[in-house]
Amino acid sequence: MNYDSILSEKCKKMKPSGIRRFFDLAATMDNVISLGVGEPDFSTPWTVRKTAIETLERKRIIYTANAGLADLRKSISDYIYKKESVRYNPDDEIIVTVGGSEAIDLAIRSIVNPGDEVMIVEPCFVCYAPLVELMNGVPVPLVTKAEDKFKLKADELKKAITPKTKLLILPYPNNPTGAIMTKEDLEPIAEVLKDTNIMVLTDEIYSEMTYGRKHFSIISLPEMKERTIYVNGFSKAFAMTGWRLGYVAAPEPVAKQMLKIHQYGIMSSPTVSQYAAITALEECENDVANMVSEYNMRRRFLVDGFNRIGLDCFEPEGAFYIFPSIESTGLTSEEFCEKLLYEKNVAVVPGSAFGASGEGHIRISYAYSLKHLTTALERIEEFVKECRK
Amino acid sequence: MNELIKLLQQNARFSNSQLAAMTGKTEKEVESEIKELENKGIIKGYSVILNEDMLDTNLVTAIIELKVTPKKNHGFDQLAHIITSYAEVDSVSLMSGSYDLSVTLRGKGVKEISMFVSQCLSTLDGVLSTTTHFVLKTYKEKGIIIDDEEKDERSMVCP
Repeated sequence: MNYDSILSEKCKKMKPSGIRRFFDLAATMDNVISLGVGEPDFSTPWTVRKTAIETLERKRIIYTANAGLADLRKSISDYIYKKESVRYNPDDEIIVTVGGSEAIDLAIRSIVNPGDEVMIVEPCFVCYAPLVELMNGVPVPLVTKAEDKFKLKADELKKAITPKTKLLILPYPNNPTGAIMTKEDLEPIAEVLKDTNIMVLTDEIYSEMTYGRKHFSIISLPEMKERTIYVNGFSKAFAMTGWRLGYVAAPEPVAKQMLKIHQYGIMSSPTVSQYAAITALEECENDVANMVSEYNMRRRFLVDGFNRIGLDCFEPEGAFYIFPSIESTGLTSEEFCEKLLYEKNVAVVPGSAFGASGEGHIRISYAYSLKHLTTALERIEEFVKECRK
Repeated sequence: MNELIKLLQQNARFSNSQLAAMTGKTEKEVESEIKELENKGIIKGYSVILNEDMLDTNLVTAIIELKVTPKKNHGFDQLAHIITSYAEVDSVSLMSGSYDLSVTLRGKGVKEISMFVSQCLSTLDGVLSTTTHFVLKTYKEKGIIIDDEEKDERSMVCP
């Protein structure tokens, strides 16, 4: 077989995720302490797991409606209303997806035509640009900076808009920076978008993980629900990564298109996970609060630790990452991470994996126990001291 | 529970500046709060949690159930206090249920412990009977996993 001639040109051009290389490196070594994961260290709350067990026992294991269980969609609608005071119709504005990832994929595929420009706030999670390119769209990075606390500024947004602009991808609370957008930060953004025909894809998968203040969604601002696709999921909030369940809420004309893609590509999301998810939304407020308060303690511990070591770290108010600058070591982020891995057996992710604008930073996850974080921090401190000798 | 106490229970060796960062207090506040907890006798002391299997001490731990007759006017306290005064005794608690006092002993080998139980504990005035249980293996102590820690199965690096 001449595979090279049969493979899709688009796929061949797609770059593998920058994180992959580090994973392969780290996997060959022993006794590596990792601060590299993007998933909670907590277990899914027991009540949720119990619902899943009961679901299996009762043999509720057939396909659900394409859009997801009606009861779950209703719970999702209530949950969004409770958090954001915005009501989505569970019948035709909500789709239960295979993780937030599928929701992002659906949103991009339902909107982007060849040549359309998609503005993507950077640094960001790795999937947006490749998915846009698959649709023959053009990703346009909107670079955010440490001095702006990695927030999107309205004038930057305005500058990037062209007649071809179709979509803005707004990923807050942000992976990898931990930045958030407050109501005051979002108002000018909404102001710019109001008179345009540009849609927003707001990826709010970390919405439960904000510290010191409540998360605010752009959908709560006037005239924004109608121009926004809202993505969220269970992975981070309820520590349910492996259950593969997320959801998307969007105006009916958009949801209708997304549902067709979902129907042909996926059929319906995992049934057991869907039943369990109802329990998560309805019974786990305390579990979530406990996880968030634990994350918060670790966050403060690390921010303080990194600033003490002399790796400047702006105070992130969301997600479970900190994004310290390593510029003072004179190394690039890739060099820093590689050396740290080889010399101290600590795995962290180079900021450059999240877009060119992440260069000069590293992403540290605090989805680990304090004990683990303490050891890792000690090793990083030694490493930085040695770098500066 | 007090956030500071919770953190100290996890690791009493966190520095005051680390504790301050984690609780959002100043170092001074942390220092004086700990002092106060110590002065009031809420914090009784700081100890270390060991994986004894990795030390060559050959120490054996046993839990002794004691049935006793409470003394007039003193209840169980008097006898319990006498038992606490032995160096071999690690902990003493008054229990509800089918026996009265639970005594944890540490000694060199089964023989030393049985000698202590038969000669010192069972002969005490008021002790009706003793049942000795030897600890074979400790999995978790004071919230800390002693046995192999649960393996982190998450992949080392992921987006």
